[in-house]
Amino acid sequence: MRMKKNLGWLGILPLIAVLLSGCDAALVDPKGQIGVELKSLIITAFWLMMIVVIPVIVMTVVFAWKYRHSNHAAKYMPDWAHSNKIEAVVWLIPCVIILFLGIITWKTSHSLDPHKPIESDAETMEVQVVALDWKWLFIYPEQGIATVNEVAMPVDVPVHFRVTSASVMNSFFIPTLGSQIYAMAGMDNDVYLVANEAGVYDGKSSNYSGEGFSEMTFDARAMSQDDFDAWVDKVGQSSETLSYEGSYQELAEPSTDHPVEYFSDVTSGLYRDIVESFHGGNGEGGHDGGHGETSMSAEAAE
Amino acid sequence: MFGKLSLEAIPYHEPILVVTALVMALGGLIVVGALTYFKKWKWLWTEWITSIDHKKLGIMYFLVALVMLLRGFADAIMMRTQQALAAGGAEGYLPPEHYDQIFTAHGVIMIFFVAMPMVIGLMNLVVPLQIGARDVAFPFMNNLSFWLFMAGVVLTMVSLLIGEYGKTGWLAYAPLSGIQYSPGVGVDYWIWGLQISGIGTTLTGINFFVTILKMRTKGMTLFRMPIFTWTSLCANILIIASFPILTATIALLTLDRYLGMHFFTNDMGGNMMMYVNLIWAWGHPEVYILILPAFGVFSEVIATFAKKRLFGYNTMVWATACITILSFVVWLHHFFTMGAGANVNAFFGIATMIIAIPTGVKIFNWLFTMYRGRLQFTSPVLWTLGFIITFTIGGMTGVMLAVPGANFILHNSLFVIAHFHNVIIGGVVFGMLAGLTYWFPKAFGFTLDEKWGKRSFWFWITGFYLAFMPLYILSFMGAVRRMQSYANADWQPLMIVAWVGAVCILCGIACTVIQFIVSIRDREKNADITGDPWDARTLEWSTSSPAPFYNFAHLPNVGSVDAFWEAKKEKGMAADKPTQYEDIHMPKNTAAGPIIGLISIVFGFALVWHIWWLAGVGAIGMFVAFMFRVFNDDIDYYVPAAEVERIEREHHKRLEMQA
Repeated sequence: MRMKKNLGWLGILPLIAVLLSGCDAALVDPKGQIGVELKSLIITAFWLMMIVVIPVIVMTVVFAWKYRHSNHAAKYMPDWAHSNKIEAVVWLIPCVIILFLGIITWKTSHSLDPHKPIESDAETMEVQVVALDWKWLFIYPEQGIATVNEVAMPVDVPVHFRVTSASVMNSFFIPTLGSQIYAMAGMDNDVYLVANEAGVYDGKSSNYSGEGFSEMTFDARAMSQDDFDAWVDKVGQSSETLSYEGSYQELAEPSTDHPVEYFSDVTSGLYRDIVESFHGGNGEGGHDGGHGETSMSAEAAE
Repeated sequence: MFGKLSLEAIPYHEPILVVTALVMALGGLIVVGALTYFKKWKWLWTEWITSIDHKKLGIMYFLVALVMLLRGFADAIMMRTQQALAAGGAEGYLPPEHYDQIFTAHGVIMIFFVAMPMVIGLMNLVVPLQIGARDVAFPFMNNLSFWLFMAGVVLTMVSLLIGEYGKTGWLAYAPLSGIQYSPGVGVDYWIWGLQISGIGTTLTGINFFVTILKMRTKGMTLFRMPIFTWTSLCANILIIASFPILTATIALLTLDRYLGMHFFTNDMGGNMMMYVNLIWAWGHPEVYILILPAFGVFSEVIATFAKKRLFGYNTMVWATACITILSFVVWLHHFFTMGAGANVNAFFGIATMIIAIPTGVKIFNWLFTMYRGRLQFTSPVLWTLGFIITFTIGGMTGVMLAVPGANFILHNSLFVIAHFHNVIIGGVVFGMLAGLTYWFPKAFGFTLDEKWGKRSFWFWITGFYLAFMPLYILSFMGAVRRMQSYANADWQPLMIVAWVGAVCILCGIACTVIQFIVSIRDREKNADITGDPWDARTLEWSTSSPAPFYNFAHLPNVGSVDAFWEAKKEKGMAADKPTQYEDIHMPKNTAAGPIIGLISIVFGFALVWHIWWLAGVGAIGMFVAFMFRVFNDDIDYYVPAAEVERIEREHHKRLEMQA
């Protein structure tokens, strides 16, 4: 039984080790306010659960050993099968823990709602994200530029990512910064994130989307405002431009392990055009926007 | 003439598949050769294929499940090998085309063709015996269910050699599974394999629901049913309520793919979010269909080997009922990140956590069953102890995932993979292996070798922790699921540890195989003469091992939950020796089930490849075969009292000889 005991602890130790040590793991060492709050939420939930998990593991080992068949010193009560006291306790303790966890869940579901703007002195920047087969298109409506597989943001400036897909379902995810959100065709989904420290962070799709899924990654670059302005200038010098009818159609063709691309000019409303291209009901793809509907948010559709 | 089917569909240029095909062909030849050599074809047909005996059907379900476990595990170790290799720019040995089919097939096979048949097989073997019945309510339907399930298995295996399997993940999320993004036949194999076997499962659900409610022996009120029967009842309620959702969802996807409709497409008003909602409205209850009967197994095992009444029987029943109902109001926790509002997410998060309460209570009840008992460390008990610890950890990570905030970074990561293997291996697989060991003597008349059973346990549990704990850690490093390759070379060491874990589990499976061989060799030595090798508590142990085809010469009369146990303590075993026997009314074997099943394979295959005339022939064939059965009145017979007496006398003679 000693071996079993060790194994039982094995299950928890790595979690504790990872949660408490500060290795280079993305979720353990978040670089943005949302990520920090998520980490503390996970640790709180973990320790609350430990109130039950640890006694269960200890009791399993102790009871099994103490009441082993060969131990005739232990009390044996073959017909004892009910105790109001014990039953009250075993219902009550999980209930209390879940009550606490439920309150935390209700609060954090609202405070960490991906759709909720982040309070900050800085003005929120908008970046429009389009999942394509198998690459990420980022459109900066305020700067009038676009990039593929690279997104940059100034440190401490909240970013409002509006997320859609021009293909199958994906999930837009920068683990170091925090929450992910699904990218779905015809849907205008969104997530607010902020980077509080400069650096280059891995971004990816977390929702399997077909052949090129594994290489559907991007760099999320957090930098000072000056560096960001310089980056915008750099992108602005690209000779490539992007328009819905033109180069976008070419870009939307499936490709794997797509290189970083910059576009110095984007037709305004490209993001809206992409979202609405799926709203038609006339078999023409509906890009003409004949129905004049506003893009449906995922929340409204729930 | 042959629809989309051509010679191109046979993957002779894929060395892995060619080797697989050769191995499968060799295995098939050996089986066919052996059957012919030993002249066993007739025996196979009359004793097994056409059998409506619930015990034999249970054995066949379990046998198929174990064979499919080998296939599903082969997929698993190929994936682990790929991820151990494909780091930091390396591509590994499996291209995405192949890797994507493997993880899809692994999920489908392990859930539908391993876990489900194990659970249903065990229910078949045990439930009628536990409630003191002679068979299930609808014996022919039971046989048909099995052969429809087999048709699903065959179609899925055929996809390996003719065409391809889905590359969509096991739930085939739309729009990826739609015709635009998956034009091949892979998704169609998925559709027809699951559609046909799913109908079999629905029929099983109805069958056992009626059996448990209507066929209990005298005196067995609902609250005198053994816990395994209770959990089976709840699992079957879940099957009846949830499998039609699966059938309907797949039917809508079929309309999209075959008739160009737009239920789940990106455009023309299709809604992929509806697909995800529907598939999980079935998918979440499904995991409880698997785990509830496993809970039942642990309850029987722990009470039997602790030599003590199950602690808190009533609580156990109500906890099971709570879980059954709650399992239908939590499905959205599989996609908090879809973008629903905070209120919706919080509701489903909290509903999910509430399930942890009755589950926690069950765990404490098992612990307090051991308390002041006399626990024998047999291999079923080891599986149970391993389960309690492993499942508790899995439950904890499940609750963590149920917090929407935490889910926003854990969703789709390896944390999810680690979590559900934590509960499915630690819960369902451990439970089914415990149940296999526990009820094996009732099916075959001899016990399984304990030494190899325990070895299997230690390999499985060590392998499990080695294979899946690293995945939790990797998820904190940002690793997501279904990666064919990854750029971050820091992840590789832990991926290699996970691979070692998979090898350990392979050793565990090998131990089980050896356990069977050794046990069959030693069957005389390990024979179960009494029919009650564990000194157990429930009715199935009151009849001989293996149980006679009519189960009970006299239907037992039950006065309490532990009636058999109490009777033993009062009178002893031998006292119960009747003097008079009666004719027993039994159902006849039928060829209709296997024939309909066989035609349904042709039907499914024809639809996969768009061979419309053949699909038509198949549909008519199934209908005609079914009508033949419907209008056949010669479906039952009486076992003469003298025959019953002869069989029972033999059993008593063996008992006396042993005494």
